[in-house]
Amino acid sequence: MSPNLRIAFRFLTAKKRAMFMSLSCTILGVGLFIVTQATTSGFQEFFIKVILGINGAIRIEDKIQDTMRSMAAAGTSDSYFLQREGVKYIEGIEEPQRISDALKGFSNVRGISAVVNGGAQITSSFKTENSPQIFGIVLEDHLRVSDLGEQITSGTLDDFRGSLTSVLVGRVLADRLQITRGDSIVISVRGQSRRCRVAAIYETGYREVDKVNVYMHMSEARSLLRKPSGATFLQIGLHNPDRAPQDAARMVDILNHKATSWQEREITWLAVFRALRISTMITVSVFTLIASLAMFNTLAMIVLEKTKDIAILRSMGYERRDITQIFLWQAGIVLAIGALVGAAFGAGVTWLVGQVPLPINGIFKTDHFIVTWDPMHYVGAISTAVVMVMIASLFPARRAARLEPGDIVRGTAQ
Amino acid sequence: MTTMGTEKNSFAGSAPANGRGSIALRCANLHRYLGQGEGRVHVLKGVSFEAERGQVYAIVGPSGCGKSTLLYLLGLLDQPDDGQIEINGRVMSHTDDLARTAARGEHIGFVFQFHFLMLEFTALENVLMPMRKLGKLSPEAMKARAHSLLDSVGLGAKTHRLGTQLSGGEQQRVAIARALANQPTILLADEPTGNLDVKNSSLVFDLLTRLAKDNGQAVVLVTHNPEIAQRCDFTRPMRDGLFV
Repeated sequence: MSPNLRIAFRFLTAKKRAMFMSLSCTILGVGLFIVTQATTSGFQEFFIKVILGINGAIRIEDKIQDTMRSMAAAGTSDSYFLQREGVKYIEGIEEPQRISDALKGFSNVRGISAVVNGGAQITSSFKTENSPQIFGIVLEDHLRVSDLGEQITSGTLDDFRGSLTSVLVGRVLADRLQITRGDSIVISVRGQSRRCRVAAIYETGYREVDKVNVYMHMSEARSLLRKPSGATFLQIGLHNPDRAPQDAARMVDILNHKATSWQEREITWLAVFRALRISTMITVSVFTLIASLAMFNTLAMIVLEKTKDIAILRSMGYERRDITQIFLWQAGIVLAIGALVGAAFGAGVTWLVGQVPLPINGIFKTDHFIVTWDPMHYVGAISTAVVMVMIASLFPARRAARLEPGDIVRGTAQ
Repeated sequence: MTTMGTEKNSFAGSAPANGRGSIALRCANLHRYLGQGEGRVHVLKGVSFEAERGQVYAIVGPSGCGKSTLLYLLGLLDQPDDGQIEINGRVMSHTDDLARTAARGEHIGFVFQFHFLMLEFTALENVLMPMRKLGKLSPEAMKARAHSLLDSVGLGAKTHRLGTQLSGGEQQRVAIARALANQPTILLADEPTGNLDVKNSSLVFDLLTRLAKDNGQAVVLVTHNPEIAQRCDFTRPMRDGLFV
């Protein structure tokens, strides 16, 4: 052990009560920082998982109308022109296969699912719903870009695979129509009706989706929606969803279609989660601030009480930087213990919070607090404590180092 | 420039082994002002002084005459406003703080009036402290030397006692052992017996002078005690910032 560390430790243990105060605040600051980050990012990550599981990482839709030729080509189908933010679009994708082939050149693309979509009226034996949306899919393709397989709560996907007239209905819609697996429903679109059997009921946890989306086989959807070719959109799954904005930008350039990343699509919710994380971080940092003030107070007291000791040390050949080090070591010891115990405390409370029952059903569904275990939360909590406590400790440490030994022994030290 | 005052020994003769007789400390024309503005006082008014190794010097005089100020200047704890200080032939006045600090650690030992032990540390740790900073010995050698020094001041059985568990006289003896830890060439003592009873005063003075003479160290002590001053090799009376 270095002489300075040895002296620092002894100085600190001589001020047990003050040190305990600084240590407690450091532990609380580090621990609560970890807990709040674990919970807020837990909910954020769960939300991201849910929306990626429903809508994939990128959605490609609507061709960008940039030439007279493309406008003429679009006129042959029942698409029409849209104008958003100064750019004109031709609704839908005319040649999904060609786009899919081009997308295979993107190394990050994990799967592509062409989807035909349109509004429908659904009638059960008890009730009629006018707001559902039909999604015509090729099941195997869609399973590669969504978590549909994991979202089935009643029935099986094999039942869906086995029958062209079967459909997958969301939990909320099923409850509203008072239907269960195996029941029949009538789906009507612009005067055309088709009787279908409910093969399975799924639940994403995202209430708006579970209330509206009905999945059916592509061929049936094309027939019902009168869309014999093309697709409403392509849902893309990525190996690394974090790279979605960059990939989406490249897709726009290469494919000349609108491509929206999940980050752009969910920008509002993501901003809400970010604001929540920052606000809790600021709130919890108050504890770290108190810890740094307590440390400042403790060290300032030690400097006042140990001026004679400082003079002795200086008379024995200890340099100014040794004196600074002795006081910074004291902060360092409190920080080291505070960080270790605080991290353990944070981990323990995080685990406990993860067991707390909390029924949520809205933008996602859960029955308990969701927490994440991310080492960066620990790094962030400890870094914040280190920066704040060390800055607060620097002032008394420098003051101690500036004391003139001659002034101290003469009794005129300021 | 010569040592003056009430001399009991002369400086004649060659320097014996362990450096005895050579000049350890020399200062010339030292001036020091303390305070600011109208309260500024000319404390030292051109003091010159030499100390040889193996000799004990007493600086005596009334309170406020500048004794302690001179001692702190000689110990490089303070800077003179004018004049020069040499430690072992090297000019140390007006050098930077780092050089003065290094010189204090290696060449100068201090004994203060009020013990100035670090009370959270044991007697042994107090003696080890300057050695650990200098770092010239191995940890084992440091411990052996500290034990030997504490033995020599009669505290061999109390090495692991905290400063608070020692009497005033014992604390001062630990302070002497600590001052000698790095084998300094100069030992400076500010009223080393000022806070002790007669018996302990005599004991501490005897220790200080015996150990310093054994090791060939120059001892400069400030004292109000005429008996102690009389027992030193040289006495330098001071008045109004000057030797008289």
